[in-house]
Amino acid sequence: MKIIEWLSHPWPWYIAGPLLGLTVPVLLLLGNKTFGISSSLRHLCAICLPSSISYFQYDWKKELWNLFFVTGIIFGGIISATVLADPNPVQLNPSLIKELHTYGINNYDHLIPVDVFNWQSLLTIKGFLLMVVGGFLVGFGTRYAGGCTSGHSITGLSNLQWPSLIATVCFMAGGFIMANLILPFILKL
Amino acid sequence: MQIKETNIDFEVRSLDAMCVNESELVHPWWFNFKYLFAGIVFGIILVKAQVISWFRIQEMFRLQSFHMFGVIGSAVVTGAISVFLIKKLNLKTMYGEEIKFYPKQFSKGQIFGGLLFGFGWALTGACPGPLFAQIGTGATVILVSLFSAVAGTWVYGLLSKRLPH
Repeated sequence: MKIIEWLSHPWPWYIAGPLLGLTVPVLLLLGNKTFGISSSLRHLCAICLPSSISYFQYDWKKELWNLFFVTGIIFGGIISATVLADPNPVQLNPSLIKELHTYGINNYDHLIPVDVFNWQSLLTIKGFLLMVVGGFLVGFGTRYAGGCTSGHSITGLSNLQWPSLIATVCFMAGGFIMANLILPFILKL
Repeated sequence: MQIKETNIDFEVRSLDAMCVNESELVHPWWFNFKYLFAGIVFGIILVKAQVISWFRIQEMFRLQSFHMFGVIGSAVVTGAISVFLIKKLNLKTMYGEEIKFYPKQFSKGQIFGGLLFGFGWALTGACPGPLFAQIGTGATVILVSLFSAVAGTWVYGLLSKRLPH
């Protein structure tokens, strides 16, 4: 099983990036679908709790393909964590490891820091901010911006749309502000 | 219900007429399975490139690694070349339909919403795609983040008319 072993190693950016970018033409060629993931959250709202909000009144059945796609992502995660599992911890910049150590984050066995992302810490202020408030901002912000990393940064920029460039710059600016100026205080909680 | 709004949403193609460039062909629902397969491949790439790693996202926002910039940058370049070729060669879908592209309007939401999403991205270490992938890898607690993201989307829908756009 040489191929499985080879696929299990972390993929370099110059392999993964172009493959991710190919999602744009693949979805267009499969059926004129515009690549974008955060709209799946809107469809879930439209299906489960539209409650007469006009933003959720549309024929979500036509957008079902999007929910098939994100369900596929979950299965992709399962396959990667089982058949293609990589036993080695993620290789990181030593200065990040040093910084995270000061917050008590020392477990690098998973793709998320299980020291702070776990069911018990949900009830702590730190865990609540990271998982619940963070998730809320992802859902609210992407819909307000009209897209996420896939819809704006990959699809939008691929089609040379300048509003997507503005959105991407703001995604990055928000991330830089949070990670460098605010997150250190949250992780110290 | 009649919805009168300009399209500021990138991922849903039009608010007035959903799916403006949608297939005119009516397919049985199980035709959607090809998108499930595309999602599986996409999810595997996300995980194997460690794009869904909270640590990698922290590295990116601290400029400590080129990895994430390389992934996103090369994805955009590949996407741009693909879109250029589709337009240039006038390629059709596998069902022979014309592929159309629609220009997007600027809205202040791209600034305000973009910044808010950036905050959430750095906190959770995940944009929407990776949330799904992380759950698949066994991080069940991320179900809470996903649920919270759906709640955030719902609250946006509730307030959207009152927010500056």
